Amino acid sequence: MATGLTLIFGVMEIINVAQGILVILGAYLSYALSVHWHIDLFVGLLITIPSLFVVGIVIERLFIGRLKGPEKTAMSILVTYAIALIFEGVLNYVFSLNYVQLNAWYVNRSFPIFGIYIPYIELFGFIMVVVLLSALYYMLYRTRFGASVRASLADQTAAALVGIDVRKVSTICFGIGVAVTAAGGMVYGTTTAFNASTSYDLISRLLVIIVLGGMGSLGGALVAGIAMVTIEDIVNVWSPTWATLSFFLLLILVLSVRPQGLFGKPTARVA
Amino acid sequence: MNQSRRLFRALAVTSVAGAAMLMVVTTSGASGSSGNNPPAKGAPVKIGISLSLTGDFSADGIAFQQGYNLWAADVNKQGGLLGHKVDLIVKSDASSTTQVVTNYESLISTDHVSLTFGPFSSLLTEPAARAVDRYGYAMVEGAGGAPSVFSAGLKNVFDVALPVANSLVPFATWISSLPKAQRPKTVAYATSDDPFTEPQIPVAQKIMSAAGIKTVYYKVFPAEATDFSSIADNVVSAKAQVVVLGSVDVPTVQAFMQAFEQAHYSPKAFIATAGPDQGAAFIKVAGKSNADGVMVPNSWYGLAANAASKAMVAEYIKKYGGTPAGVNADVAEAYAVGQVVADAVKATGGFNNAKIIAYLHSGVTFKTVLGSAKFNALGENPVMTAYTFQWQGTTGNKFVQVNPVGDPNTVKIEYPKPVWGK
Repeated sequence: MATGLTLIFGVMEIINVAQGILVILGAYLSYALSVHWHIDLFVGLLITIPSLFVVGIVIERLFIGRLKGPEKTAMSILVTYAIALIFEGVLNYVFSLNYVQLNAWYVNRSFPIFGIYIPYIELFGFIMVVVLLSALYYMLYRTRFGASVRASLADQTAAALVGIDVRKVSTICFGIGVAVTAAGGMVYGTTTAFNASTSYDLISRLLVIIVLGGMGSLGGALVAGIAMVTIEDIVNVWSPTWATLSFFLLLILVLSVRPQGLFGKPTARVA
Repeated sequence: MNQSRRLFRALAVTSVAGAAMLMVVTTSGASGSSGNNPPAKGAPVKIGISLSLTGDFSADGIAFQQGYNLWAADVNKQGGLLGHKVDLIVKSDASSTTQVVTNYESLISTDHVSLTFGPFSSLLTEPAARAVDRYGYAMVEGAGGAPSVFSAGLKNVFDVALPVANSLVPFATWISSLPKAQRPKTVAYATSDDPFTEPQIPVAQKIMSAAGIKTVYYKVFPAEATDFSSIADNVVSAKAQVVVLGSVDVPTVQAFMQAFEQAHYSPKAFIATAGPDQGAAFIKVAGKSNADGVMVPNSWYGLAANAASKAMVAEYIKKYGGTPAGVNADVAEAYAVGQVVADAVKATGGFNNAKIIAYLHSGVTFKTVLGSAKFNALGENPVMTAYTFQWQGTTGNKFVQVNPVGDPNTVKIEYPKPVWGK
C-alpha cells in the first residue's frame, strides 16, 4: 500500500490522500467477487488489480494530470481528499456502513512451526508481497519503461529533455500506484473488519510510513512499513498505550537526524 | 509612536468588538430559548439529534437513526406530539467529541429545535449533554451509561438504558456460582480505555476474584488501537479459561476472535461488552460457526417478550428486513428515548425543557420497549435489568437470553464454549 503511495509521490510529486479509501475499494472488490461470484480472494486479484489500475488511470487523467505549477503538491492534497470523500460516499451507499470481512478457508486457520502457530493468510500474504515487489523491481530495473520511471523519479525535467514522455509515465505510475492497493486491500480485508470509514486509519499510517522511509523511495517504504509493525508489536507486549507513540518517537528521531527520511534524497527537488 | 498608539487602539477596539459579537452569538440561542422553544401553531416540532453516521461509531449511529426514525413514524401516525408532527433534524458528528458539541449548538441556535435526543456512546454523550445544558435543554439518551456521564454534575441528562458499570454482573455472578468442579480457575481481561467499557471490568473482576477465579492477564489498550494481535497473543499465552473483552465495536471483537482461532486457543467462556449485540452485523463479520457461544451483556434483544418491543421489531423488519435476532439493540435504545420524551411532553403539556427535566426527575416510571425506566437523581436508570445474551447454534444462530438465571425467558447457557469454527 505504502509502495504505491511513495511511487506516486516520487514520480509525480503528488500526495495521494485517497490511497486509504482506494485500499478499501480494493477490499470491497475482493469481497464482492468472493461473496457474489465465489471467486477465491487471491484468484480475484487477477480482476481487481487491473480494475484498480484502470481506476487509477481515470483519476489521473480527469483530476491529477490537470494540476500544474508550483502549488501542484499542495493542491494534490485537496484534490485527492475530495476524491477520497467521493469514493467513501459511494462505498457507503453501495455496501452500507456495516462492517464486513473477507473470508476463505485460509483466513482463520494456521499451522504450527516449532510450537508457534503461523496463520496461512499471513504466509500467503507474504508470498504475494514478495511476488508483487519482485514484479515491481523487475519492471523498474529490467524494462525500458522502468528506466523511464527511474529517470522521472530522479529529475522530471531532465527526463523530458531526453525524450521521455513524462506525462505518459506519470499516468501509468499513478495507475500502478493505485493497482497495488487491490492486493493490499485484499490482505487488509482478511485481517480486519472494515467499512469505508476505516480508510482514515489507513491513510494516516501510510503517510507516516512513506515520510519515515523517504518520500519517493520504494525500498524506504518497505523498510519503514516493516519497522512500524515490528516496533508496535514489540512495545504492545508491555504497553499498548505506548505502542503507536513509540513509532512516532522513532519518526521524530530519524527526521531530526535525517530530514529526508531513511532512504530519501538529501536535497529538495526543483519541479 | 502615534502609529503604534493607533495600531494598539485599533487592535483593542477589534478585540472588544469581537468578544462582544462572540458573546451575542453564543448566548443568543440561550437567552432566546432558555430551553423553551415551542413550535408555532400547526408547525412540526423539531427534534435535534447528532449521530455518528461516519467514523468509528458509524454502524451504531445508523442503527440509532433507524430507531429514532421508527419512533417518529409511529408518533406521527398517531397525530404527532400534542398535535405537532415530529420532524427529526439529524446532523452527523463523524464520531467526534468536538463535532457533537458543534452540532447541538447549531441545532439549538440555528435550527431552533424544541427538543434534543442523545447521540451514540458515552464518549460523545458527556460533551453533548454539557452543550445542551448551557441552553437549558434536556438530553434523554440511550447510549451514554458510563459513570463519567453522570459524575459531571449535570441535571439534564437521562439514560434510558442500563447503567454501564453493572452490565457484566449477571455473567460474573453466574460463573462464580458454578460448582467448583466446573468453575474456571483463571480469567483474562482486555479492555479499551473507553468510558463505556472500562468501568465494567473492575466490577466483574471483584465478583470473580472473590469466587477464586484468578486474574492471569489484565490489559487496557487505547480506544484508537487498530492492531490487537499482540494483546490477543498475550491472552493466549496466559491460557486463561475465561476471557472478558471490553470492546465497543464488532471489528475489535472479531480481531480477538480471529487471533484466538489462529492460535488454536478456545476459552471456556468468552464475553465481550459490545459487538455481539449488533445482531446480523456481528454474524456477517464473525461467521455463524464462530459466533456460537459468544456472550454479550445488554438490556434488550430482538426476541424480548415485551409487547411494545415485539411491535417495534415487526415494524423494523417490515422496513429494513432481517430477523428479530438480527435487530441491533441500538434500535430499541433509540426508540425508548423517543417514548420517554413523548410521555414527558404529554405529561407536562408542552415543550418546556425545564418542566420536562423536572418531570423526568420526579420518580415517575416510564414504559418503554426496553422495559421500565425510572431515573435516579443522577439521571441513571437503575431499575433496568441487566441480561446476558449468547449466540447459540452454528448454522441457524439464535441470540438467546442466558442470564439472569431464574428469569422465565432465560435458557440454558452453552458452557463450555464450543471450539472455534466447529
